[in-house]
Amino acid sequence: MEFTSSFSKDYVIFHKYAGPLGIIQSLADGIKLLLKEDIIPTGSNAWLFTIGPAIVVIPVFLTYLVIPFGQNIILANLNIGVFFWIAISSVVPLGLLMSGYGSNNKYSFLGGLRAAAQSISYEIPLALCILSISLQCERLPFDLPEAEEELVAGYQTEYSGIKFALFYVGSYLNLLISSLFVTILYLGGWKSSIPFVENFIQNISINYGINESFDVLKPVLDIFTTLSKSYLFLFISILTRRALPRVRIDQLLDLGWKFLLPIALGNLLLTASFQILSIN
Amino acid sequence: MFLFQQYDSFWIFLLVSLFIPFLAFSISRFLVSNKDGPEKLANYESGIEPKGNTWVQFQIRYYMFALVFTVSDVETVFLYPWAIAFEKLGLFAFIEVIVFILILIVGLVYAWRKGALEWS
Repeated sequence: MEFTSSFSKDYVIFHKYAGPLGIIQSLADGIKLLLKEDIIPTGSNAWLFTIGPAIVVIPVFLTYLVIPFGQNIILANLNIGVFFWIAISSVVPLGLLMSGYGSNNKYSFLGGLRAAAQSISYEIPLALCILSISLQCERLPFDLPEAEEELVAGYQTEYSGIKFALFYVGSYLNLLISSLFVTILYLGGWKSSIPFVENFIQNISINYGINESFDVLKPVLDIFTTLSKSYLFLFISILTRRALPRVRIDQLLDLGWKFLLPIALGNLLLTASFQILSIN
Repeated sequence: MFLFQQYDSFWIFLLVSLFIPFLAFSISRFLVSNKDGPEKLANYESGIEPKGNTWVQFQIRYYMFALVFTVSDVETVFLYPWAIAFEKLGLFAFIEVIVFILILIVGLVYAWRKGALEWS
């Protein structure tokens, strides 16, 4: 999806050769990377080098366990839910450090350190905002603290083939997951935002005497709404990523710690005080 | 099946997600022939010979960021139960939490003023 939207902005007809709408392009890229030779550089720590990308990608897969795509359509209804995501995603900086250190290359090492610093800087405002949500749903303005990670090519220079592909897969999946979370927590998840459309469809199906079909149709509708809302957010993310110049690392960290963290704290206290006032 | 029943799917999912990168690596290893060239295993340094030691001196600012992160993370962990049981705890707990956060804000401002959050 990134390819089609970005290339349509740049008028590059790159995707025309690879199948309709360029869907196959990403698959072709993946297969090509799978067939590339796996090089482990001299002097590097082969174990860390191999395990690093796996550790970056596995938490992202695991997070799909707790996302509700519909009313009860969730793989594991843990009552810690969203905190599971925050906890599991804390493992990712560890994988980044392993990859950076394991390549025997000073630039990879530095890049890995920077990527890890960026990851952890944005976890705190994220956790604080999730806390504010658990105080009061539906009230918050749209305040997504977690910037999508920009790929610091530094820690990836020594990776070829499938390990490289894994990093990309991980980051895009992560983007998808963040969009899904934003959709669920801020944009209302599987509820259709067009008012009364559910009642409307229910009326139609009852009138035509196909009562049971609504029970089947409803989860499909729910999933469809969730996915389309997250698609919207994903589109916005990708658009901003392509349209804006890259942020400098110190600007990025400044933004995280000095701007978002106080705002997240303030947000937390504000929602808490509103809740207190509404209870009393 | 295991200790907590709702986490069964988690264990299975963990197994599957561990399996996927492993599968990817194995396919790559079996499908691809390794041809050795003289310079192939050398490290990348923009096309020239790598100069100097690989492990550069560790800069202190990474440590500072990690430290501030740890403190804030522990703070958030303490705030989790308060946020969940918020309604039952009432106004008094809220005041206490404000005091707690205030203490940590003092710490953060101190670190900020002292330059712990600079990337220079």
